[in-house]
Amino acid sequence: MAEEMFYWQALNRALYQQMEADDSVFLLGEDVGLYGGSYRVSEGLYARFGEWRVRDTPISEGSFTGLGVGAALLGSRPVVEIMTINFALLALDAIINMATKIPFMSGGQFPMPLVVRTPGGVAKQLAAQHSQRLEQTLMNVPGLRIAVPATPQDAWWQLNQAIRSDEPIIVLEHELLYFSKGEVDTQVEAPPMHRARVHRQGADLTIVTYSRMLQVSLQAAEQLSAQGIEATVIDLRSLRPIDWDSCVQSIEQTHRLLVVEEDSSFAGAGAEIIAGLSERCFYLLDEPPKRLAARELPIAYNGTLEAMSIPRPADIVAAATDLCQTKDAI
Amino acid sequence: MDRETQLKLLKDMLLARAFEERAAEEYTKGNIAGFLHLYPGEEAVAVGVLNAAGPSDYVVSTYREHVHAMLRGISPDQVMAELFGKKDGCSHGMGGSMHLFDRQKRFMGGYGIVGETFPVATGIAYSIAMKQQPEAVICFFGDGAVNQGTFHESLNMAALWGLPVLFVCENNHYQIGTEIHRHSAVAEVYKRACGYRIPARRIDGMNVLEVYEATGQALQQIYAGTGPQLLEFETYRFRGHSMADPGSYRPKVEVEAFKDQEDPVAIAIRETLPCYPSADEISAAGPDVINKLCSQMDNLGHLDNRQLEALRSEVAQIVDDAVAFALASPEPTLEDAQAYLDCNRQQEVLI
Ligand SMILES: Cc1ncc(C[n+]2csc(CCOP(=O)(O)OP(=O)(O)O)c2C)c(N)n1
Ligand SMILES: [Mg+2]
Repeated sequence: MAEEMFYWQALNRALYQQMEADDSVFLLGEDVGLYGGSYRVSEGLYARFGEWRVRDTPISEGSFTGLGVGAALLGSRPVVEIMTINFALLALDAIINMATKIPFMSGGQFPMPLVVRTPGGVAKQLAAQHSQRLEQTLMNVPGLRIAVPATPQDAWWQLNQAIRSDEPIIVLEHELLYFSKGEVDTQVEAPPMHRARVHRQGADLTIVTYSRMLQVSLQAAEQLSAQGIEATVIDLRSLRPIDWDSCVQSIEQTHRLLVVEEDSSFAGAGAEIIAGLSERCFYLLDEPPKRLAARELPIAYNGTLEAMSIPRPADIVAAATDLCQTKDAI
Repeated sequence: MDRETQLKLLKDMLLARAFEERAAEEYTKGNIAGFLHLYPGEEAVAVGVLNAAGPSDYVVSTYREHVHAMLRGISPDQVMAELFGKKDGCSHGMGGSMHLFDRQKRFMGGYGIVGETFPVATGIAYSIAMKQQPEAVICFFGDGAVNQGTFHESLNMAALWGLPVLFVCENNHYQIGTEIHRHSAVAEVYKRACGYRIPARRIDGMNVLEVYEATGQALQQIYAGTGPQLLEFETYRFRGHSMADPGSYRPKVEVEAFKDQEDPVAIAIRETLPCYPSADEISAAGPDVINKLCSQMDNLGHLDNRQLEALRSEVAQIVDDAVAFALASPEPTLEDAQAYLDCNRQQEVLI
């Protein structure tokens, strides 16, 4: 039965469920224990499972993520929380050079059931060092999987799946999603972890997006609808692998593609999405595909500039309108 | 210590407290956003250290750095304007509370990623050493930052090459919600320096006079070319980690203990207030030591309550003015932002 809850609560439930079911699952990260996590995701778990299963760490991202790698080699299932993705830059060696390389370099001898949970994206005036979007950096790493849950339901499904997986997985959350609400059905069977989800059907164009930009795109789609343009909105839910088929099926109907991303466009996630879909849909497209992304600027602290730096509903409406200009002419 | 210096320290601490409390108020009003890390409780550290520093020293600080910036001569107007995200802020509205910079004042930044101050400071020191200047870098960091690899890596290099860095630990015993004994195997930060043969001391960071004196001594040696030193100042923050944090993980008794007994502003006021010996004290001391006692009291400084009130209203005015300045300042534009990003571009043709 579905229940309305916050995104953070869905993650919290998933952690609880997995920790109850399997003693080898443990959490570690800064303030995940006594404090309950910066965004409440691990609330109550320290009291229930104790300090060996919910470990407050020093500020040592490189080494506690590496510790997760080491524990995973012995079959433990670490869920490492990196407070925000900005600090994951310090853990890239563990993620990229260790987690994804050891199973390969050893000729397939080791499991790597490591989950790294971390929020990325632009929140509210946290300035340049705390507003980074690094999905593109992680996308270029063979052997790494990246889930980007955009709704509480997906957060529930995908974190459960990530913990059960024997491969290293990044669960990329978003600071502005933790307190978003949605229905979560904990009983219904989950779709495959990396399957995209069509949130809205429309015949005129396909908007492909992920994470918080889903909400923004859905708002834009409503405004577009009022103008007579009907958009399909697809949430990728995963950035590696990418569910190309779901996107292609939609483009077969709409013949127009707009990719909306929160990172900068140059070599960003959208570059891969557009490239992959251009290869698959070149002859299906009526117009060159379009990317709408953040500006090629670090995020300014100033609130007005910050808001102008990433796609807003009005930007999406403008880009989509532009893309559909020729609709009536054909 | 002379009366002028004591008065200066006291005024700086009063301003620091008033500025930060006002920043909290402006945050609640919505004029300041993002992460706002405040300094009440810890004033004696920055005030003592930076009053002892020379004008040509460089300062590298963390995200809890408004007070440090003002002590280096960045005006409260410019700091408040930066907190408001305005163009007249010291980082022109790009950096905000955590990223104050002023090249002229040698304020080399507020850094938001824990552990960044170590290598940046070490690099500045390297450059000073290459040029053989009689200058130093003061590198601030929290107790939580010493578990970042950069702490160890930087201390090693600084010691190895004899670089002029004064590492200053603001040990407020917490890494957000994690108390020091739960984040550090060795909770005495100064002891870690011995692994790198760096002279280090632990000092009461609630006592501005001690902070001032210890810093002055350390800097004199550093200027003389004896290499890096580390000072650990034990202190306490009265507020939560940032405005987003109620700080409820700290036992109430702990918070109260520090508030009642060790408010550094209260200590500074007490030490600067006139303390004429009572008749009882004089008779207890015996006639032959009356002069001695009086001169000791004298050394503590003379300041009556009227003067104290005058100081308080002076700093209140400075803070009011800073808020008015920040409100009136324009917002930066996108063109400004682009120009700052491209500030180092010369005549290169990129395409
Ligand atoms: C690398 C990194 N990890 C985590 C954080 C989040 N964070 C910000 S401040 C802080 C605690 C720092 O504690 P401490 O060094 O003692 O400084 P204090 O805030 O107490 O002055 C943490 C964990 C960060 N900014 N950077
Ligand atoms: Mg601290």
